[in-house]
Amino acid sequence: MQRRHFLQTGTVLGAAGLVSACATVGGGSGPKVVVIGGGFSGATAAKYIRMWSDQKIQVTLVEPNDYFMSCPISNLVIGGSKTMADITTPYDNLTKRHGVQVVKDRVNSIDADKRVVKLAGGTELAYDRLIVSPGVDFMWETLPGMNAPGAKEQVMHAWKAGAQTLTLRQQLMAMPDGGVFAMTIPLAPYRCPPGPYERACQVAEYFSKAKPKSKVLILDANEDVTSKGALFKKAWTDRYKGIVEYRNKHNVTDVDVATKTLKFEFNDDLKASVLNVIPAMRAGDIAVNAGLATANKRWCEVDFLTFESKAAKNVHVLGDSIQIAPGMPKSGHMANQHGKTCAAAVVALLTGSQVNNMPIYNNTCYSFVSSDEVVHVASVHRYDAEKKTMLTVPGSGGLSPAANALEAAYALAWAQNIWADSLA
Amino acid sequence: MQVRSWAASCSGCHGTGGRALPGMVSLAGADKDAMVKTMQDFKSGSRPATLMHQLAKGYSDAEITAIAGYFAAQKK
Repeated sequence: MQRRHFLQTGTVLGAAGLVSACATVGGGSGPKVVVIGGGFSGATAAKYIRMWSDQKIQVTLVEPNDYFMSCPISNLVIGGSKTMADITTPYDNLTKRHGVQVVKDRVNSIDADKRVVKLAGGTELAYDRLIVSPGVDFMWETLPGMNAPGAKEQVMHAWKAGAQTLTLRQQLMAMPDGGVFAMTIPLAPYRCPPGPYERACQVAEYFSKAKPKSKVLILDANEDVTSKGALFKKAWTDRYKGIVEYRNKHNVTDVDVATKTLKFEFNDDLKASVLNVIPAMRAGDIAVNAGLATANKRWCEVDFLTFESKAAKNVHVLGDSIQIAPGMPKSGHMANQHGKTCAAAVVALLTGSQVNNMPIYNNTCYSFVSSDEVVHVASVHRYDAEKKTMLTVPGSGGLSPAANALEAAYALAWAQNIWADSLA
Repeated sequence: MQVRSWAASCSGCHGTGGRALPGMVSLAGADKDAMVKTMQDFKSGSRPATLMHQLAKGYSDAEITAIAGYFAAQKK
């Protein structure tokens, strides 16, 4: 059922992609910006640079995927209440409405001295300013067994929405009642702090309806739930009693894929029916390989007024790849805000006008504790000129008092709106 | 330019230029004074909200007035 929906979507989007090929792009003599990666930050930056430069700056977006698949809401695909079609958005509006040239390719290397990006397909793209927004990649070296042949095809992370999301859903559907779903969570920081706990709720709801003898085992490397802790724990106690078990300080060190066994730093081995290993993360490979990951060789330090890299001139880094400011989550909403802040700065820098010296933006993050009730966390972030970083505004922000259905409606409306703000 | 950037921090939910898709309130072309009053009421807690009271407290009165002026001037 899920798979059929996905394939149908693919066909429809493929046809739409052909129609958009007639748009005029790439011509003209304005300054050139290349954006690597069409996620929440990169797509937003590409669109807003075109808009805010009155189409005078040429923007090329390099993205290997045919369409955008959203991590937010993807846990509902795993739980079974949404389909891949629901979380998929084509890139063609960036071209049709905004004149962004979208190149379907991967980046091989960045030459920051010559200001050239080399693509896997052989194309070389010159730029005046480069935006690097590749999201995260996984630290597979921390899990030797996951590097065995075929391991990554059997044990899902499903932490980048796409084929893995669907495969994990299928593994859960194929699991016999009475089975155990074991999910490992890496030490913070990682993409989407509350995401694993939301996923536990989604799988637990599916089990409660379809496989009531089954268990969800959360194995968290952290000391405690890293986001919305009290709200998630209440959901596990009130709604999923006997299904969800949470264990803290479980740092996974290896995976035996053949026997579906997890090995830990301090705890006994654990076997499960379906494994979901969310490995430790770092900035996307292209950012690391280009020498931009200056913080512990994991994350990319930036100037928060412009998102320019502290390691390379004329190169900006956005989204989950950056070394975050205090209290700043690695979230899709935040990445969208990075995109707009950077877009404004890049337009100012390329047109000789003043860069905004006081960025202010917010984060809004909804988690579904079931298919129809939601909890949020919100925050406001403002630039501190003395500390040269973004700080949360004292007295602002907060959590839902309790899970509720009204915010489930808002969460779905949020998704539609932020996908449109980033991609349409 | 600065107020355009501040206003863009609202557009993740309220749409590019304040033109929202269904399910969120559109701000483009709305009455400036009404938007300022709504935000002040969120701030004071006199208007019920799910999260806007938490976000409103992060913006100064001057910033709210400037952002409201920006959205009021946008095409619906």
